[in-house]
Amino acid sequence: MTALSPGTGAPQASSGRGPLRWIRAHWTAAALTAILVLFLLPFYWVFAHSFESAAQFARNQVTLWPSHPTLSNYYTVLVRDGFTTAILSSLIVASITTAITLVLGSLAGYALSRLRIRGRGVILGFVILAGFFPLTAMMGPLFDVMAHTGLLNTYLGLSISDLVYTLPFTTWLLASLFGQLPAEIEEAAMVDGCGRLRVLVKVVLPLAAPAMATATIFSFILVWSDFAFSLAFLQSSNRFTAPLAIIMLGQSKYQTFYNYTDAAVMITALPILALVLIAQRRIVSGLTSGALR
Amino acid sequence: MTGGQVTSPGAQTRPKPRRARRRRSEQRLGYAMVSPAVLVLLAITGFPLIYNLWNSFHYFNLLQPENGHPYVGLSNYREFFSSGSGLAPALEHTLAYTAVSVPIEVALGLGIALLLNRPARGHGLARSLLLLPWAIPTVLSATVWKTMLDPQTGGVDYLLGAAHLPGAHTTWLGTSTLLSWVSVLIADTWQVVPFCSVVLLAGLQGIPRDLYDAAALDGAGGWGTFRRVTLPLLRPALLVVLVFRTLSALLIFDIIYAMTGGGPGTATTTLSYVDWHAFLVDGDFGLGGAIAVVMVVVALLIATVYRLLLRPNT
Repeated sequence: MTALSPGTGAPQASSGRGPLRWIRAHWTAAALTAILVLFLLPFYWVFAHSFESAAQFARNQVTLWPSHPTLSNYYTVLVRDGFTTAILSSLIVASITTAITLVLGSLAGYALSRLRIRGRGVILGFVILAGFFPLTAMMGPLFDVMAHTGLLNTYLGLSISDLVYTLPFTTWLLASLFGQLPAEIEEAAMVDGCGRLRVLVKVVLPLAAPAMATATIFSFILVWSDFAFSLAFLQSSNRFTAPLAIIMLGQSKYQTFYNYTDAAVMITALPILALVLIAQRRIVSGLTSGALR
Repeated sequence: MTGGQVTSPGAQTRPKPRRARRRRSEQRLGYAMVSPAVLVLLAITGFPLIYNLWNSFHYFNLLQPENGHPYVGLSNYREFFSSGSGLAPALEHTLAYTAVSVPIEVALGLGIALLLNRPARGHGLARSLLLLPWAIPTVLSATVWKTMLDPQTGGVDYLLGAAHLPGAHTTWLGTSTLLSWVSVLIADTWQVVPFCSVVLLAGLQGIPRDLYDAAALDGAGGWGTFRRVTLPLLRPALLVVLVFRTLSALLIFDIIYAMTGGGPGTATTTLSYVDWHAFLVDGDFGLGGAIAVVMVVVALLIATVYRLLLRPNT
């Protein structure tokens, strides 16, 4: 990587002097840095002003970094506004949906990649199409069903509808990742008398641990992002997921208190930001193998 | 599609039926493994589609159950498209926003992908930091940009003021239709451009190095290489990004709800927004169903157009 860095090759070719020459040699890095600053600036702003006092906001005296940074916004949001419950709700829903997704997605993904079933293309096509189904078009009918089955305002009801975010992508991803595993090991296990399901559980899943990890991360991020279904199917504020709770935080008053919403944004974004920085390689490979195959 | 028929049927009597039996049991197991996922997806998307279709031809108001569900023909659709209801503009807004936002976002994504594809230090870090806006929930992106665009305390306001640039204290949201749309576009772009660039970068990295060397030997310049080598080979990745972006722009909901609430007035309503309103504010499942059907039809039409675009080279 470092051997290829630009500017080392042609010092005699560049005509400029000093800073101009440096920019010409490093313009890729300069442009990328500028873009990164532009993209990360909003994060910095929200981070900085999650420590800003309400008084400074009220006086419109907002600066690049708060003059009297305080942790009180976090305390207020987590304790008074019940954001701890909101984070818990989000965690519960994300866990239920991810668990269901992994079981159903790995079964379907394995069958679609390894067992020669008729209509494979049609099934895969339907699964992808379902992933693009308009969310708001599902709201009314699912609301009606949930109202009749007692699933309205429950984590389970929300988790089931959230499967539309995760299941199509996960099935597609696992079908493609399982297909890349060497088939010889499975064949050997089957010669030894293992059935297909046993092979899946005992041989394929351990081998596919990285693929399952990728699927878990994606599923978690996708469910964590849900707002539309939480808005439609959750009614009592002590069950609101974090994204819904933030919007309600902003709307429950006539004035928006940015110091509180900023703190709430940081709390909600933090698990996802950590996940992305830790597992970025996996996410990139999942995005590209999911989208490009 | 059954494959593997090298031997003529009946030539070998003994192994054939056994293989066929194994094939059949494998098929059965395959369907059994696929069906839970397919049934769940059918239940949460197929059922709503059919239910919406039925509702769209009936009167069905959750808040007025005493009126029952009489057949009303096309009147729900007529209400949607009539000038009086103020709903038809939602369709125009949605199509216009899609037409404007998708090219901008994909072009920016391509630009960044081309930069990331140039050899230099720190690209891995740049790529993973770029992923951050993509990964956070969409309503967070809307909330972040509401904070940024506040006319008194926002970051944009602060920076414009600090740099003595015009435009400080601009009221972005709530009064001007154009600026409200621009705000929505900014929040949307910030979040989806990273997705576009990561997928396009993977496409760029799949282009064999020697094609560029060959183009350089032929004396092609930067632009010529881009047009003759990069663009044609990037076509599959570009189409994937275009399809993804178009379909999600058509369904934009979270940012509208969180940033503009459809306002000022009804200037920034979209199909998803009015559909949510019909279902869950008005309890009007007939009208909501009709809007849902319109949405599905529009999405399918556009998916078909892309499918036709995809065909020639594959």
